[in-house]
Amino acid sequence: MELKKYNLFFLYQETFALTKRLFIQLKRRPSTLLAGILQPIIWLFLFGALFSKAPEGFLPGVDSYGNFLGAGLIVFTAFSGALNSGLPLMFDREFGFLNRLLVAPLTSRLSIVLSAFFYITILSFVQSIVIMIVSYVLGYGWPNLYGLGIVFTTLILLVLFVTSISLCLAFILPGHIELIALIFVINLPLLFASTALAPISFMPNWLGWLASLNPLTFAIEPIRTAYTQTMDLELVALHAPYGDLTCKTCISILFYLTVISLIIIRPLLNRKLT
Amino acid sequence: MSYIQVKEISKSYSDIQALKGLSMEIPAGTLFGILGPNGAGKSTLIKILATLIEPDSGEISINNINLIKNSRQIRELIGYVAQDVALDKILTGRELLDFQSDLYHINKNKKIERIETLINQLEMNDWIDRKCGTYSGGMKRRIDLAAGLLHLPKVLILDEPTVGLDIESRNIIWQLLKDLRNDGMTVLLSSHYLDEIDKLADRLIIIDHGRVIAKGTPAQLKNKLGGDRITLKVREFSNQAESEKICEILSSIDGISQIIINKAQGYSINFVADKQKDLLPKLKVELAFSNFEIFSLAQSQPSLDDVYLQATGKTLLDAEISMAGKRDLKKESKQSMR
Repeated sequence: MELKKYNLFFLYQETFALTKRLFIQLKRRPSTLLAGILQPIIWLFLFGALFSKAPEGFLPGVDSYGNFLGAGLIVFTAFSGALNSGLPLMFDREFGFLNRLLVAPLTSRLSIVLSAFFYITILSFVQSIVIMIVSYVLGYGWPNLYGLGIVFTTLILLVLFVTSISLCLAFILPGHIELIALIFVINLPLLFASTALAPISFMPNWLGWLASLNPLTFAIEPIRTAYTQTMDLELVALHAPYGDLTCKTCISILFYLTVISLIIIRPLLNRKLT
Repeated sequence: MSYIQVKEISKSYSDIQALKGLSMEIPAGTLFGILGPNGAGKSTLIKILATLIEPDSGEISINNINLIKNSRQIRELIGYVAQDVALDKILTGRELLDFQSDLYHINKNKKIERIETLINQLEMNDWIDRKCGTYSGGMKRRIDLAAGLLHLPKVLILDEPTVGLDIESRNIIWQLLKDLRNDGMTVLLSSHYLDEIDKLADRLIIIDHGRVIAKGTPAQLKNKLGGDRITLKVREFSNQAESEKICEILSSIDGISQIIINKAQGYSINFVADKQKDLLPKLKVELAFSNFEIFSLAQSQPSLDDVYLQATGKTLLDAEISMAGKRDLKKESKQSMR
């Protein structure tokens, strides 16, 4: 019992130290944080303006395009941050810093993974809150307390799902060039093949299918619904070609995807970290 | 009873066999040297002992704890200083040591005390609060060494700790290693610098192509060679046939032993001359009889390089040069990545 208590404290000590290191890096090199905030805000202004004169009722269930876009940009920001989460680990691998962690008697090397999750989750939350505030100032609304709960739950699931994939890639790929190239290839196509910028009803059939199978869509739609003020988990959030999905179903799918990805990457992380 | 026991370990990287059934025993409180040219398998051996990679076969124990089965327990016992110093450029030296202390679960009060002690011991006061990215090679090595010593390990494992260092940093590190050994710590040091191992190590092994080719104390190994080491040349650049002929002549002279041809040094002849006998006049006569003249003759006390030369037929420097062209450092770096 005493040993378990110590192990838990040691796990906390390790995870805290590893997370603190990532935040010190962020503090001294804040460009990642700033770029992660600025990019979606610029998109919000530009895309919001692009369709500002669209006819009323142009988009189902929202007053303006900016209102529609907000959820997509929140998810895209969290997604991009999580997708990049493997980069620090990749640099640690390449420069040998990972060896410093691996020769230490860590209670569990899970702390290396946990620290990446904590870091990206907190970073995504900060970036999302800034985007939400800017959206609010621009008149695109603010979710109620229940809606906020949905927004952050969805973001945590998305970050866990994408971060686990990114960490996995950081161990599989030979170097940071390959990882950056892959991130570059995945990032924007996944955004465009989701409901971040347009509803499925605007898309050709094939793209509609792609978007309705895209994990980003399962995160975007509950957050979009959270902005309607009539938040109900049983509300239909997504009119997919294969049928209507409620908020609860979307979040459940995201949850299962996260669990499956964690189960899949576990053997790889075990092999690489033991 | 040895503190560290390594039995018949082998390790291969795809097509390269880095270690071939290597065995060694290290008593507690020893400063133990692993000498060999680059590419001999030193770093692989060190990484296995530091639990970074597993051997393909063989057994290793430290303090009777099986290294492969109980690697976490072993990590509590060891401190590791890598060949390539990997520091986080963004952190200051003090932050790095603080970070490392948490990874070793050192409590807050002890952590502050240990960090201060090591800062003073390794003379890092002037620059410890600067970012690691601004450090020189010597500073990086010192901070890395401090990080390896934070948790007061029973065994300190160092992979080529003084490569490329200035004299001041090297002397500080040498003195610290001696002090640690005197305090009872077992220090394991790999190097391809002969003088480093000669001056520091209580015992050593010399490895070549993944095998132990000699072991003992520096004095034992040098004494085994017998008398003074002579290097003879009959012309600046000789050839195999000529050298073999000279070897024949030398082997007929009483008091000359351990004759080898050093191809890399222009087919010079290296041998041990018995101190008791005045061999030079006899040597001159015998060579002249076969129409050879002495071009150069150098006499020296036996060194560890001679031990290596005796075992492999080439000097450590020549072995380094010959390996330099064969090694694919980029490939090795990728192989060592987790």
